[in-house]
Amino acid sequence: MASVPGQEMNSREQRQASDHEGFLAHRNMRWLKIAVTLCLIAITSYLWIDVTPRHNGGSWYGYTLGTIGLLLIVWLSLLGIRKRTMSPGRWSLKAWTSAHVYLGLALVVIATLHTGFQLGWNVHTLAYALMMLVILSGAYGITVYAALPAALSNNAQQMTRKEMVEALAAIDRQLETAAQPLGREESDLVIAALEQDTFAWGIGARLTGRYRKCATIRALSYFASDWSRPVGSEEPKDKVRALLGRRKSQLDQIRRHMKIKALLEVWLYVHVPATFALLAALTAHVISVFYYW
Amino acid sequence: MPENYRVAIIGSGPAGLSAAAHASALGLTHVLIEKTDHLSDTIFKYQKGKHVMATPSNLVLRSDLDFDAGKRETILGAWDEQIAAGKVNVRLNAEVTGITGETGNFIIAIKGGEPIHAQAVIMAIGTQGNPNKLRCPGADLPLIQYQLDDPGEYYDEHITVVGSGDAGIENALGLAADPKQNNIVSILNRGTDFARAKSANVKLLEEAEKAGRVIVRRETEPAEVRPGELVLDTRDGQEAIRCDRIIARTGSQPPRGFVESCGIEFTGEDRGAFPRLSPSFETTKQGIHVIGALAGYPLIKHCMNQGYDVIEFLNGNLDLKPADEPILAEKFDALPGVRTVDQWLETFRANIVILQELSPLQMRELMLDSTVAGYDAGEIIFERNDPGSSMFGIAEGSVLVQVNPDDPSVTVPIEQGSIFGEVGLISGRRRGSTIRAAEPTVVMELSRNAALKLIATTPSAARAVNAISIERQLLQMFGSGLTKEDVAEVVAASELVDIRAGQVVIEEGAEDKDVYVIRRGSMIVEKTIGGSPVFLSYLPAGSYFGEMAVIDGSSRTATVKAAIKSQVVRFPGEAFVALLDRKPALRQKALAEMASRREINSFIESRKDSFGSAVDMYSETARFLIDNGIGEATDVLLIDEKLCVGCDNCEKACADSHDGLSRLDREAGRTYAHLHVPTSCRHCEHPHCMADCPPNAIKRGPDGEVFIDETCIGCGNCQRNCPYGVIRMDAKPPPKPSLLSWLMFGAGPGPGEASYSWRKKAAEKSGQQSAKLAIKCDMCSGIEGGPACVRACPTGAAIRVSPEKFLTFTKLAEDVD
Repeated sequence: MASVPGQEMNSREQRQASDHEGFLAHRNMRWLKIAVTLCLIAITSYLWIDVTPRHNGGSWYGYTLGTIGLLLIVWLSLLGIRKRTMSPGRWSLKAWTSAHVYLGLALVVIATLHTGFQLGWNVHTLAYALMMLVILSGAYGITVYAALPAALSNNAQQMTRKEMVEALAAIDRQLETAAQPLGREESDLVIAALEQDTFAWGIGARLTGRYRKCATIRALSYFASDWSRPVGSEEPKDKVRALLGRRKSQLDQIRRHMKIKALLEVWLYVHVPATFALLAALTAHVISVFYYW
Repeated sequence: MPENYRVAIIGSGPAGLSAAAHASALGLTHVLIEKTDHLSDTIFKYQKGKHVMATPSNLVLRSDLDFDAGKRETILGAWDEQIAAGKVNVRLNAEVTGITGETGNFIIAIKGGEPIHAQAVIMAIGTQGNPNKLRCPGADLPLIQYQLDDPGEYYDEHITVVGSGDAGIENALGLAADPKQNNIVSILNRGTDFARAKSANVKLLEEAEKAGRVIVRRETEPAEVRPGELVLDTRDGQEAIRCDRIIARTGSQPPRGFVESCGIEFTGEDRGAFPRLSPSFETTKQGIHVIGALAGYPLIKHCMNQGYDVIEFLNGNLDLKPADEPILAEKFDALPGVRTVDQWLETFRANIVILQELSPLQMRELMLDSTVAGYDAGEIIFERNDPGSSMFGIAEGSVLVQVNPDDPSVTVPIEQGSIFGEVGLISGRRRGSTIRAAEPTVVMELSRNAALKLIATTPSAARAVNAISIERQLLQMFGSGLTKEDVAEVVAASELVDIRAGQVVIEEGAEDKDVYVIRRGSMIVEKTIGGSPVFLSYLPAGSYFGEMAVIDGSSRTATVKAAIKSQVVRFPGEAFVALLDRKPALRQKALAEMASRREINSFIESRKDSFGSAVDMYSETARFLIDNGIGEATDVLLIDEKLCVGCDNCEKACADSHDGLSRLDREAGRTYAHLHVPTSCRHCEHPHCMADCPPNAIKRGPDGEVFIDETCIGCGNCQRNCPYGVIRMDAKPPPKPSLLSWLMFGAGPGPGEASYSWRKKAAEKSGQQSAKLAIKCDMCSGIEGGPACVRACPTGAAIRVSPEKFLTFTKLAEDVD
């Protein structure tokens, strides 16, 4: 049907072209391959090399693994800096994330082999436990990052957060007008719904999406019990019911958005503080090891 | 007998004021006529405290009035003072309704006043025009007003707003905003929906209507205005409503009609045309002069200089050298040999064919927007795939076009006097071939705006550029081995056709036999498979289509329609067939391309049977992207919402890479099948933002990026012209504390764009409040590593794509599932 002018890339286009690959699949899973190789080398050498009396962190082999693990931990924790430093250069945060994920998981093998399976109630095991906590929270992070973005997008229905809040405010303005003819008791229900702060809820409600004591639901259940008139009638109570229904579904969208966002972010509140704790415990671990050498 | 002034100046903007001041200084009898009750209405209407820029900075100001960059109030105040001190004869509140008479005795009719007589007229009325009046009986009653300065002024009134654009809706909402004002506000709309207004405004209006604050009357027009009453034509007949005030916001009439009614000719029919002017600003109507924005010079400094110059010319000083002389002298310094500015201008004008009809004044104007350069034999002027939308003219020497990218020795010469680079100008795409100087050569490079203005205002130049560009495009498309003579028949039979967005050029199953070349814009190819249209491919400018039916003698196999407003070259299939018959190599090439196209089509068709929903999804996605401006984009940011966690690191990275302000809004914008088009520049082939930039500050850079340079004056035209809302007006904030001090001590607002309040406070504290300027994506040009939004995305959700690479089946089928 047609001919299209030449499409070969020049250097400038290459500079701009970005591949469409998620962080897990980055460069054909390059960092997964590197991490697996690293683990395999560690496991083989662990089985191969005979350390007497038994494998432990204090042998030359244990020090080697420990050094690798330490360097990895320090480097992995630098992701937070990298993310916030918008310096020029040919780096990509996606590549960093990809490496962070796979090398972080590889730490499970490397650090465990470093311990030689000698665990106890001491600062060394504390560092190990904190590290596992960081990795576990990170594993949760990987799972939600892989699973939830699509749900976030589906729920948004092309609306921005601002638009969602504005849509709610628009319904509220109409609700206020429509509720004017109602009696005292009934309008109190509507006022309670209008006055309830959309965002002043606890972390529990936000994460579960269950909002007990939601005044909108309460008001709706009161008005929804009366279906004596035909749908769409001009009776104030029916108008209020319809508007409360719209308020509820708008609220639901906002709450679902907050829930997904919370699930996407909550693990960072474990991951990041635990990393700082890990770095502190790690420092104590290293100093004590060398002090008692 | 009333006084017959030596000169009457209509319009008191910068141009008119400067002319009047100079006339007064020279002692010429004069009158300055102004429609409103104050001087310089356009600048007067700027918002309070707006910073007015004085570009171009290298142009000297030649005027009896002072002007330098500064606050609106300072500038207006200084002018008012100087006009009073200079004893300028000003007539305010005088609206000119017509000009009759001849040079030596013009009669200027004033609405509701005595006519003014003058020997010469200077029109400096700008391009704002007059508001459209209501077209019904009673349209001149005093209850009608055409502007609403402060909606808070009116109480207890029945107010009707006429007009369904943004201005009308905003006025209606403003009047109804405060219930305590107790106004009954109605808004009339001739149609059923508010298609011309921004969707946000329409939403607010519908909401106000539901809440009963505004009465919206659809399919209703004013029929008659009576004191205290408005008669309406509604769908169900006439109806009279109480009405104390009418706000009419039905757009404005460009001044062209008025100017033409005075006997002045324009250079062409299209909207961009200007009055035809002599070197001394005289129009085709002897004795009437046009200066300022109406003459095509929108910058304040240009206008003021012209005001001075036109009075000098009228006063008999015809040797006056324009104020731009030193700028031009500097430009020509780079050229070999020693010649005066006038000699160089004459060399370019006489030697370059498309410039031969220009006056010396037009040459100067054109040269200001152009650059000149000398090249030695063999030097490269531009390379294949360079972005560039400028056009070149060869003043001396000649150049060679490298037609075969793989073999630099295959070249075609372009001789002295001709042009090159016009394909980039017209299609907005990258350069098709490398061009070298064949001998010592002097060329003139016309910027995109200068070239477009030349084409719009000089018919001979337009014809020459069109003929050359069609011929070149055919030669380039059909590949090497063809000569001008080979395509002469096709060129002669071809015609240019403008296509609306969405218009069908070829209909599937039709029997017509024309062949088309896309000159600008882009097309999409669709085929009906199993009852629904399936998107087959995207054709950028420079492609040809329609040849299959000609070669096969079959009916059309697919529908081709415009993705955006486009222009195609149409030529009859017979001419194409004749060309193929003469050139077997070309036939081979065409057949090979047809075969590969068929292969893709049949592949998609076979998929449709087995994976119907995937193909539908792909078609829908392609259509969605085209609807969202990807069809005219060159490089666009997309967000894969299956990967996006909403961290907004892209926005933060953008702000931190560019003066602390983000140029993209990730959340806003449309989404289809988890593919999100955020509010971010698409770097259009023919950028809408460039259309009306007074200082020509919007340019296309070396990587194809459309960017705004430092000469921006903050007028906001580009923001209004961008259909995608990607340009913002904001002041550059002072620098933030470093990331380290934020991390360690919590100093400053942290990464990303600081809140408005922080920026405002910081600017106040630093004492340097900068002007609000236009801000948009420049694709991080000059920043190593490329676009920050993509680099800073932790999950790989942000990608930048170009349409011709992304809108293909393989790409979409693999990326969208």
